[in-house]
Amino acid sequence: MTDLTKLTLADAVDGLKAKTFSSEELTKAFLTSIEASNPTLNAYVEVTADKALEQARASDARLAKGEGGVLEGAPLGVKDLFCTEGVQTTAGSNMLRGFVPPYESTVTANLWRDGAVMLGKLNMDEFAMGSSNETSAFGPVKNPWKSKGSNADLTPGGSSGGSASAVAADLCLAATASDTGGSIRQPAAFTGTVGIKPTYGRASRYGMVAFASSLDQAGPIAKTVKDSALLLNSMCSFDAKDSTSLDIPTPDWTQSVGQSVKGLRIGVPKEYVLDGMPAEIQKLWEQGVAWLKAAGCEIVEISLPHTKYALPTYYIVAPAEASSNLARYDGMRFGHRAEQFTSLDDLYATSRAEGFGKEVQRRLTIGAYVLSAGFYDAYYVKALKVRRRIAQDFDNVWGQVDAILTPSTPSAAFAIGDKQIDPLTMYLNDVFTVTTNLAGLPGISVPAGLSADGLPLGLQVIGKALDEATVFQVAGALEDAAGFVAKPDRWW
Amino acid sequence: MAIDAATVRKVAHLARIKTPEDRLEPLAQELNGILKWIEQLDEVDVQGVEPMTSNVSQPLRLRDDVVTDGDKVADVLSNAPKSADGFFVVPKVVE
Repeated sequence: MTDLTKLTLADAVDGLKAKTFSSEELTKAFLTSIEASNPTLNAYVEVTADKALEQARASDARLAKGEGGVLEGAPLGVKDLFCTEGVQTTAGSNMLRGFVPPYESTVTANLWRDGAVMLGKLNMDEFAMGSSNETSAFGPVKNPWKSKGSNADLTPGGSSGGSASAVAADLCLAATASDTGGSIRQPAAFTGTVGIKPTYGRASRYGMVAFASSLDQAGPIAKTVKDSALLLNSMCSFDAKDSTSLDIPTPDWTQSVGQSVKGLRIGVPKEYVLDGMPAEIQKLWEQGVAWLKAAGCEIVEISLPHTKYALPTYYIVAPAEASSNLARYDGMRFGHRAEQFTSLDDLYATSRAEGFGKEVQRRLTIGAYVLSAGFYDAYYVKALKVRRRIAQDFDNVWGQVDAILTPSTPSAAFAIGDKQIDPLTMYLNDVFTVTTNLAGLPGISVPAGLSADGLPLGLQVIGKALDEATVFQVAGALEDAAGFVAKPDRWW
Repeated sequence: MAIDAATVRKVAHLARIKTPEDRLEPLAQELNGILKWIEQLDEVDVQGVEPMTSNVSQPLRLRDDVVTDGDKVADVLSNAPKSADGFFVVPKVVE
C-alpha cells in the first residue's frame, strides 16, 4: 500500500469519498508518523489522538452513507493560536500553559463543520512574535530540510513554523496558520510548502489569540496550490463575532487553480531588489518572471516607492497593538499568576515577567513606549500615516497590473541560533511579506526552486483586495512551471 | 530621542513587566538600536495624510441591543487561577 501520509489534501479527500481508504486508516497513519517524528521535529505541542480517532470514525460513518463535507475525514494540524474547545491552547507561551478554551475559534469550527479531523496543536513563536520558531515556550521546531553537506538543524521559519514543518514532513495533510507580518508565507517558503494569507477580513479572527488585530489574518499551509485553495475555502466566512469580518461570499478558489494566465499583467516592483540580496534569490525571481511570460503574461515594471518603510512601520504598529491586546494577561481571570508578590501592581508585573518570554517582553516594551505620552504622535501616528502611503502605493499600480510577483523571503532557511543575536536581523525576514499585511492584501508563497545548498525557495504573488482568485490563478501557473517536487531526505 | 535606563524603567512599568535593575541598561541599548532603525520614517513626507488604523473601510455593524449570550459562569471561571462561589479571587485591592 502507498504511504497515505504523502497524499495531497485533494487526493486524500477524493480517496476517502471513493472509499479507497478510511479516515481511521489515514488518521492512524498520521498518528504513527507523528509519534515517530515529533520527538525530533517538535512540530506539535499537543497531539489529540483520541479526539482525532473519534472524529475519523464519525467521518467514516458519514462517508459510508454517501454524506460528508468537503474536507470529510481529512486529518489536519491546527496552529496553537486557534482556540479549540476542551483542548489546551497556548499560543506558544508559558502565559497560557494549561489554558483550555471553553469555546471554538470560528476558523476551526468551519473545518469541523466541513468534516476535517484534528490531529493536534502545532508549535509556533510565542504569541506569533518571531520568524524562526525560537521564541516558543515549547522549544524551537526543526525544519525537515537540511543544507547539502551540513548537519546543522535549520529553522522552519515562523511564526507558523510548526504548521510548515508538519506539512513538509507529512505529519498532516495541511495545517491552519496565521500571518501578521509574513508568518504564513515565510515558513512556507522555508519548507517547500504553499501558504496564503487572504485579504484582511476574509477569515474570522474570533477565537484566534490576538497579536496585532489590524494585521492578523488566518490562512492555510499546504502541499499544493490547490490544497491551499481547498482549505482556504473552508477557513473563510462572514462572522458577526468579528467586527472586521467582511460580509461577502467566499468564492470556490479551487476553480481558479489551473486557469490560463494568458493576458494577465504581472507587476515586478523595482523596490524589491535589495542591496546585498543573494544572487540566487534574484535569479529565482527572474526565473518566475520568465515562466509567467512564457505562460502568456505581460510583465510590467512597477514602483512601490514606500516599500523600504514597511518594516519600520510594522515594528511600531504591531508592538503598539500587541501592547494593547496583551494587556489582558494580568494574572487575574486566566493565564499565569505569580505565586510571590508584594502588591496588586507587583502581581501584574511579576506574572507578566514570568509568563512572557524575552521577545514578547521586548515588543510589549516598544509598544508601550511608542504609545506613551510625548511619543504617541512622533511614533505611532506617524507610522499610521506611512502605513497609508504604503497602501496607496498598491492602489496606484492596480490600474496597470492584475497581480505582483516578488520573492517570498530574502534568503533560504537559516540555522537555529543564527539570527538570535540581533533582533533587527531577524525582523528583516519579513521584508517582502509585511507590505501586504499593512495594506490588507492577499499574498501567497509558492515553492519555486532550490538554493545552491539544496534548500527550498519561494515566490510570492500579491493580489488586489478580495482578488484571491487571480492570486491562485498565477500561483497555479508558477507551480506548473516550477514543477517543484523535491522533498527533504528523511533524517529525523 | 535616545532611551536611558530611567526611561526603560518607566516604560517597563507602563507595560507592567517586572524588569530587574541590571537588565535596564542592556534593554535601553537594544531599544535604541530598534528605534534608531525606525527613525528612517522621518524621511517620509506625510503632510496631509490621514492615519490608517484599519484595512476595512466598512462602518462598524450595529445589532439590536439585546442579550445574545451569557449565563456561563462555569465557563468564564474555568481558567481562573483562583475562584470561589462564582467569583474571581484576586489579592486585596483596597487597604
